[in-house]
Amino acid sequence: MVRNKKKSTDLANKAENFEQALGASSHNHYVLRLYVTGITPKSRIAIQNIKKICEENLRGRYDLEVVDIYQQPDLIREEQILAAPTLIKKLPLPLRKIIGDMSNTDRILVGLDLKVKE
Amino acid sequence: MGSRVHGKSAKKLIFPKSPSGIKGLDEILEGGLPTGRPTLVCGNAGCGKTLLAMEFLVRGATEYNEPGIFMSFEESAGDLIQNVASLGFDVQKLIDEKKIFIDFVYFEKNEIEETGEYDLEPLFIRLGNAIDTVGAKRVALDTIESLFSGLSNETILRAELRRLFRWLKVRGVTAIITGESGINSSLTRHGLEEYVSDCVIFLDHRIDDQISTRRLRVVKYRGSLHGTNEYPFLIDEQGITVFPITSLKLEHGTSNERLSTGIERLDAMLEGKGFYKGSSILVSGTPGTGKTSVASSFAHAICRDGKKCLYFAFEESPSQIIRNMRSIGMDLKPWVDAGLLRFHSSRPTVFGLESHLAVMFKTMQDFKPDVVVVDPISNLLSVSDEKNVQSMFTRLIDTLKNQQVTTMMTNLTHFGIEEQTQVGISSLMDTWILLKDLEAEGERNRGLYVLKSRGMAHSNQIREFILSEQGISLIEPYIGMGEVKTGSARYIQETIDTAEAKKHEEELERQRVKLETRRKVLDAQIAALQAEFETEKSEFERIMEEEKQAKHAKRQEKNHLGSMRG
Repeated sequence: MVRNKKKSTDLANKAENFEQALGASSHNHYVLRLYVTGITPKSRIAIQNIKKICEENLRGRYDLEVVDIYQQPDLIREEQILAAPTLIKKLPLPLRKIIGDMSNTDRILVGLDLKVKE
Repeated sequence: MGSRVHGKSAKKLIFPKSPSGIKGLDEILEGGLPTGRPTLVCGNAGCGKTLLAMEFLVRGATEYNEPGIFMSFEESAGDLIQNVASLGFDVQKLIDEKKIFIDFVYFEKNEIEETGEYDLEPLFIRLGNAIDTVGAKRVALDTIESLFSGLSNETILRAELRRLFRWLKVRGVTAIITGESGINSSLTRHGLEEYVSDCVIFLDHRIDDQISTRRLRVVKYRGSLHGTNEYPFLIDEQGITVFPITSLKLEHGTSNERLSTGIERLDAMLEGKGFYKGSSILVSGTPGTGKTSVASSFAHAICRDGKKCLYFAFEESPSQIIRNMRSIGMDLKPWVDAGLLRFHSSRPTVFGLESHLAVMFKTMQDFKPDVVVVDPISNLLSVSDEKNVQSMFTRLIDTLKNQQVTTMMTNLTHFGIEEQTQVGISSLMDTWILLKDLEAEGERNRGLYVLKSRGMAHSNQIREFILSEQGISLIEPYIGMGEVKTGSARYIQETIDTAEAKKHEEELERQRVKLETRRKVLDAQIAALQAEFETEKSEFERIMEEEKQAKHAKRQEKNHLGSMRG
């Protein structure tokens, strides 16, 4: 499974992404995408939770996009989305996926590198 | 479970099956995998699960017009395509033709953080999307258990897997789910057999004595008959082949047609007609008893009749056999040139048993022989244990019988245990010819004996078996005083017998002469007595004459006297 490292860093390897990455890390700008499967209770909770966390921790320095993968099923393959909901931290690198209804704030903060894992 | 499928075909009592297209597997499964249901294929790492799943899709796409989806959780599409290319599958072409779609689900554990409730709906959407794209009828999930290493919430995972397998049934796709064997004899590491329970196939790859053997077993097949043994299978450039290729049943037809053994006197021992067509013949004997000669002479006779013979030589090279047979006046070369005789020579240790079988089957399918000779089978013992060899030959013989191919196998035995086959296959054999060294008085001679021959009144005699420049001949050995004598002992015995007979004759002659003499003596005596009698008789007659004359004279004298007086 470790074999295919290439794929995970595919997007980041593009030059502009790289530049962006450099810029983002210096400003600590976050590009986040939340993938949900329609408006289910789980989706709703996840959206609420992540919005709250972002507002509390990343105010003014994040982009959060919510994507309904029923509408764009091709993205599942492209982004290798396994579960729903999935939050992908595109920037700053490293890329990270956080799955679930975003109910464990501590874990999300760790996933967003806003907190060091204990 | 499967009520939809069941209900649909309840009339037929048997639910529909989809042939996997894998050689031999469908026979074991009595038709194929359950249509529209998932089948679990499990086994250790490297047992061939992925290949089986892939071949199932490739065969479906190419032979049954059923497109398929391969959802891989372990290998990328590129790796998969490359790996199966060695099996002769051009998956890239099938992908281009939209008959197969490979979907690589990639995830890395340390990239994923879990927070709370989630589901695997994206996976369902993804798979559904793929199925719709190519109109898939078949799906392979390889190996879905990898999810357990990526996701830590087992409760969710299990619920989702259960949902996935149900969903697959609803979609009506025939699926193969692969799973890796657990450590403590469980079929899969995470108990997938709990969810996929309609049909479970277990693959095994064992190394015994440095030779690997792959085996397949159908653990269960709900609602269907299936073969329950372990069947060896192999993976080669034509994909997977599970043995037997054909029937497992003892249903092969029988023939009354007879084939000459190529040895006149041996035919005579077998009701004067030879072997039955489609029967199996074992020729066993200690080293140097002429097994190859018997086999070659059978091959020779078959080719002479314009039939085809395939000769598997595990000990000698074809040219060596041809040269050696020339020395006993048999030229096999013309048959080879005419394409009636084909030799297939290889060292037993070159391959494992399964590969040997595969090569043999393939050559047979290609050549379509009337007769197959395996010389010797005992050599194959060196590559596997007895049980395997036995099961291999059971299958080989079954297959050959089904195709009405006559088989002759030679088997090397050891002194003292001639009437025992190491591989225990004698019960599979219809005719068993035993070649024996008859050792006596400082020499060894070959003897031939028909130990058994099913369905015919065969001779129970031991014949002396002679290899000469004129070929093979069987001669009646000297039998007398409950002992069989061969070779010079026979010759000596015969000389002694001749001498004795002569002596006896002389004795008789002497007796005859004696009797003759005696008769002559008696005759002489009779003649003498007769002569004596004659003498006495004539003497008596003379006396009587004298008497008469005397009387007459007396009377005359009386008359004379009377006249003189009167």
